[in-house]
Amino acid sequence: MPASVTVIDYQAGNIPSVTKALRACGADVRIAATPDDLRFAAHIVLPGVGHFSATRVLHESGMADAIRERVSAGSPFLGICVGLQWLFEGSTEAPETHGLSVFPGTCDRFPGTVKSPHVGWNSIERVRPSRILCDIPDPCFVYFTHSYSAPMIEATVASTNYGRQFTAAAERDNWMAVQFHPEKSGEAGLQILRNFLEVPRC
Amino acid sequence: MLTRRIIACLDVHAGRVVKGVQFLDLMDAGDPAELAIRHAAGGADEIVFLDITATHQERGILLESVRRAAERIFVPLTVGGGIRSLDDARQVFDAGADKVSINSAALGRPDVISEIGARFGSQAVVVAIDARRGPTAPELAEVFSSGGRRATARRVMDWAREAEQRGAGEILLTSMDADGTQAGFDCPLTAAVADAVSIPVIASGGGGNAGHFTQVFTAGRADAALAASIFHRGISDARTLKQQLASDGIPVRLPC
Repeated sequence: MPASVTVIDYQAGNIPSVTKALRACGADVRIAATPDDLRFAAHIVLPGVGHFSATRVLHESGMADAIRERVSAGSPFLGICVGLQWLFEGSTEAPETHGLSVFPGTCDRFPGTVKSPHVGWNSIERVRPSRILCDIPDPCFVYFTHSYSAPMIEATVASTNYGRQFTAAAERDNWMAVQFHPEKSGEAGLQILRNFLEVPRC
Repeated sequence: MLTRRIIACLDVHAGRVVKGVQFLDLMDAGDPAELAIRHAAGGADEIVFLDITATHQERGILLESVRRAAERIFVPLTVGGGIRSLDDARQVFDAGADKVSINSAALGRPDVISEIGARFGSQAVVVAIDARRGPTAPELAEVFSSGGRRATARRVMDWAREAEQRGAGEILLTSMDADGTQAGFDCPLTAAVADAVSIPVIASGGGGNAGHFTQVFTAGRADAALAASIFHRGISDARTLKQQLASDGIPVRLPC
């Protein structure tokens, strides 16, 4: 039976790209626009590009609580790009918008010494064993596009260097997140999505 | 380390690729989706479809190609040509594109840059600039619109800065002087624009051999370069091109 995955639509960009990549990995993809749509979600993906303030709607709509509930009930969660940043306490991009505070720390703009946004293929390097990076070469090139990045934390499993070292991927229990776009990172990206789909509910 | 990107560009006319490498073993060597898939497999870091007719009737044909390509390529896909409004852009994104490239429409109504950026994010908005300077200094290069047919009396440097301020995520800079010559990119112009803005600059026009790409990534300070007519028997795909760049010390995505 194909893995069932629910992608959260909060009007922040690349839903088609993410769903196409997940389908190419053999997943049965559903779209969730309301907390109710999450009730039976097995695996949850929170994509996102654009401004951190777009995540405000997740709190306002009750989606944030629904996500917490499902993930505590055992559903693996994958945040992509802004979806990773949202798991932290917040971002200086939109100081009035709170993150979910699953991970400690605040996302911040790249230093003025490098071009921003950080766009293109950069390498990720493993700092800890990881389920979603299983069978991925180390280092490995993946596609990034962002102006803000997350600090290095205990849950960081891979880092990237651009102006400073930042969290490229993080994992703790059922919470998983990547700053890059696996749906746009060629074969390596698809393997990361397949790895996520294979993380068992627990 | 952030690598320099090789972007395969396919010029599409009435739903058919009219420029770019023709793979002999393809069932349909003019099909944009098939060619895009082949370029992605050949190591291209990104794919661009440039719709060079972009009439209203043909828009649907292009969207179908985008849809078919997006099902099977998992590197960034940009679509340009004839995108005049937020609604045009939305159709392209819904079909599976990751970025739109806008040119004349942005010159005519610059607000369209911020409108698309506000809804789909700055990373999804590439502002394409067609530049001509003849023998004058790069700072005096002029912007042309309507596929290079109309002079606008605007300086390229000013327009690039304005596009960045309005929320463009990248600049696609085509040198009309160099385009079609296969004699090398306009490196001084590319470097001047790359220094004027903090967003990435994609160089286009004039790349005829691997050495030209090395030059535009060093002297031209380009973040990415568009590849079209370079693909021929000697350099059959982006992977081969990038292997040559790597031997020149340019950071590229390899293996790919």
